[in-house]
Amino acid sequence: MRDKNAGAATSLSSDKEFSAVRKSSPKIDAEGLALGRPAYADDLAPPNALFVKLVRSPHAFARVASVDASKALALPGVACVLTWKDVPRTPYTRAGQGYPEPSPRDKFILDEYVRYVGDEVAVVAAADERTAVRAAALVEVEYEVLKPVLSVDEAVDNPILIHPESGIHENFPIGFEPKRNIAAAYRMEIGDVEEELKRSEIRVEGLWRTQAQAHVAMEPHVSFSYLDIHGRLVIVTSTQNPWHTRRIVGMTLGMPLKDIRVVKPRIGGGFGGKQHIHLEPFVALVTLKTGKAARIALTRKEVFRATFTRHEMRIAVALGASREGRLSAIDMRILSNTGAYGEHALTTFMVAGSKTLPLYNKVKAVRFGGDVAYTNKVSAGAFRGYGAIQGLFALESAVDEMAAKLGMDPAELRKRNMIAEGETSEVFRIMGEGTEGVAMKVESCKLDWCVKRGMEMVGWDPKRLSWEVAPGRLRARGMAIAMQGSGIPLIDMGSARIELQDGGCFKLHVGATDIGTGSDTILAQIAAEELGVELGDISVFSSDTDHAPFDVGAYASSTTYVSGSAVLKAARSLKEKLIEKAAEKLGVGAGEIAYEGKSFSAPGGKSLSLFDLSFGTLYGDGEGMRTLSATESFTGRVSPPPYLAGFVEIELDMETGKVEVLDFVAVVDSGNPINPNLVRVQVEGGILQGIGMALCEEVRYSESGRLLSDSLISYAIPTRSDVGRIRVEIADSYEPTGPFGAKSAGEIGIDTPPAAIANAIRAATGARLYDLPFTPEKVLKAIKGRVLK
Amino acid sequence: MNATIVVNGAVERFTFESGDMLADVLRAAGYVEVKKGCDTGNCGACTVLVDGKPILSCSFLAARADGRAVTTVLGVEEEARRFASFLAAEGADQCGFCAPGFALTVIALSRELPEATEEEAREYLKGNLCRCSGYEGQNRAIMRYLEACNAR
Repeated sequence: MRDKNAGAATSLSSDKEFSAVRKSSPKIDAEGLALGRPAYADDLAPPNALFVKLVRSPHAFARVASVDASKALALPGVACVLTWKDVPRTPYTRAGQGYPEPSPRDKFILDEYVRYVGDEVAVVAAADERTAVRAAALVEVEYEVLKPVLSVDEAVDNPILIHPESGIHENFPIGFEPKRNIAAAYRMEIGDVEEELKRSEIRVEGLWRTQAQAHVAMEPHVSFSYLDIHGRLVIVTSTQNPWHTRRIVGMTLGMPLKDIRVVKPRIGGGFGGKQHIHLEPFVALVTLKTGKAARIALTRKEVFRATFTRHEMRIAVALGASREGRLSAIDMRILSNTGAYGEHALTTFMVAGSKTLPLYNKVKAVRFGGDVAYTNKVSAGAFRGYGAIQGLFALESAVDEMAAKLGMDPAELRKRNMIAEGETSEVFRIMGEGTEGVAMKVESCKLDWCVKRGMEMVGWDPKRLSWEVAPGRLRARGMAIAMQGSGIPLIDMGSARIELQDGGCFKLHVGATDIGTGSDTILAQIAAEELGVELGDISVFSSDTDHAPFDVGAYASSTTYVSGSAVLKAARSLKEKLIEKAAEKLGVGAGEIAYEGKSFSAPGGKSLSLFDLSFGTLYGDGEGMRTLSATESFTGRVSPPPYLAGFVEIELDMETGKVEVLDFVAVVDSGNPINPNLVRVQVEGGILQGIGMALCEEVRYSESGRLLSDSLISYAIPTRSDVGRIRVEIADSYEPTGPFGAKSAGEIGIDTPPAAIANAIRAATGARLYDLPFTPEKVLKAIKGRVLK
Repeated sequence: MNATIVVNGAVERFTFESGDMLADVLRAAGYVEVKKGCDTGNCGACTVLVDGKPILSCSFLAARADGRAVTTVLGVEEEARRFASFLAAEGADQCGFCAPGFALTVIALSRELPEATEEEAREYLKGNLCRCSGYEGQNRAIMRYLEACNAR
């Protein structure tokens, strides 16, 4: 597709001409952020706020026998020290999800038990950071150290119970069995998988392992709180979900929700890592206890130790196919590691099936199931890809292995079996996120074009997927396909309010949460398109529970599709009101008005500018004066998947086992892109995170359960010198249920690199890598094993 | 202890404790354009110029800046604004948290190696991490910015 600013791909097939969407407008906050204007939570904290520091457990599993805070309290400047005895004992979940949350309520703000190294033991508040740090070190805690469960393979039915306490519960059946160390479980089957596998001519089986990955958003987590002039609690926080935060904090602290306001300022990246309630209860408690503003800013070490990771999974896949390469059965069994608490336990696990299995919708039987187990490790939570990247690593590796067994081009095997426009999958109906899914026909799917175009771009030749460039240095290509969703149907809801202001410009209030994606810009583009005005005529105010209408927040690839649809509905509704008003003023019927954005015209040469109309409605129309505004909401009846075909070219050093990505090509169907540059950068960024997961990133622990990877020295993320090219192209696609044809783009980019790179390694060496990440040691071991065989 | 530092051209007197890092001292004094991302000198978000050279202020003792000229992104506002427009034209600014430190390093590059090749630019800016963009758009912006600077 082509637009004024972006580099280009195919031509625009849609007849519709757009004025504000399908344009790579610069992000509206671009300059302010680059100049470092005060924008993020820590820039905005009141200078006199108490600094809050958390005392954290040095043990993977322990009972807090006693806490002696007397020395800490004696330090000048210390305002308070809170322990589990000082805080409400209400079980809650830190997962920022809708109500009732599909995650178990298995956490207390502070508890008598600590369940991982880093778990919170006490809250210390002092006049400044230095004093808070000193005071935290002076809090004397006596632990009764317990034996931890550190391996997910040994967690289920281990005699050591990680959650022996009473009072914790699931909100609805999610398979929660704490007496078995199981946070959630799920099973489903369509057809008879055993029978189909038995009958299939070719079978592939394997056990794949995905590691815990850290989000590493550049801004560490920050929250501050204060009491406003009415005594209401205001929390300003780096969150992806202000309303869920308000609800969960309020319900956990026993406060009426009306007494709490949550504000999300700019935030420095999320990737799912801020779809949680990490810090807000602590600052809130300090403010409520002292009456003073309170601020907490995590160090990078604390972000690693005590926020969340991606769920580690063990994924067993069995595939059956005919000799002609028709897939007949998929069996996927998973053991997922949720760590100490069950945030997003069930839902990430289900997405490993629900957003992977429909890709191969022509199989006769499909089975999915398994458990999500507790361990004494850092909790797992939401992370871009949200189970799909784990499931796709296994499934797309297995499909590649099947192609090898069949002696078929892996691209061709996929083309024969993958989902296409106009088709459906039973999986859509059966599997939702924690609940049943919704039946859905695929209205837009350009996956066939994505695969074809990707093959062209990378120069895919099935007869030459690997070649030697120098002695011991091989180049190879691999591919994988992926799907994701666009919001959670019938659960995610977003709202927008648009108001005409004097001067003929508009205020757009949205609950949607821009976490750096550019959604404030994208939503303004949607409003500008419908109202026929310039992007600059729309002022956006977002993510404040007092001043914006409700929105669930930024997760599940929902903002453009769900919140964007709400904006479009509101703009449409306001446009009708503008036309009615203009008709009234021009003395014609509404049907006779032509609205050209900045002006209205009617037969007989009558016309009225939007500027004059706005002044009339606010200053000049006597009894007819009123504010013209519209508020609308949207919830998806379906969740149209974006699709992506990923192709990689690697160079592999047979002597050292080092794998280098030279070129990664991704062709994405994200519907009609509202802002092509922002779609592209989302996909480029996702791909690099996926490459990081494939090659180097891994959350590592000592034998006693202490986190080893707790800094950017010990946990390396890719730098700009680590990868060659990432090339993204956007398919010409239009989703009829989306705002101006858009689907999502936020998560899909991360999904293909692990499998595509594994498949390229297989093409180069004949060795299949089952364990992420593919460190040189593992690659070399796999090659050597292959040679020995 | 005390230090006299010229920040963005203005002489200022700072009081702090001996182990304090420059990033913390600057932020506490209201220079919140200096961001802190990692505390270990790995991410580049805290980059400022000391006597014209980029340094990582989270790992640079404030005492060492005594008598020297420190430049934050607002000290090179016009150039930063210009670079920001190139970054935004690629959609590569994203969350923006790394942008002030990144912009300063690009500006330092444009002064030090105005004819830098893409590979040299990547190498120079390797210490400025970004978790959002995948670097592609940033790299395009850097090269286009250098080109525009050279065309002037």
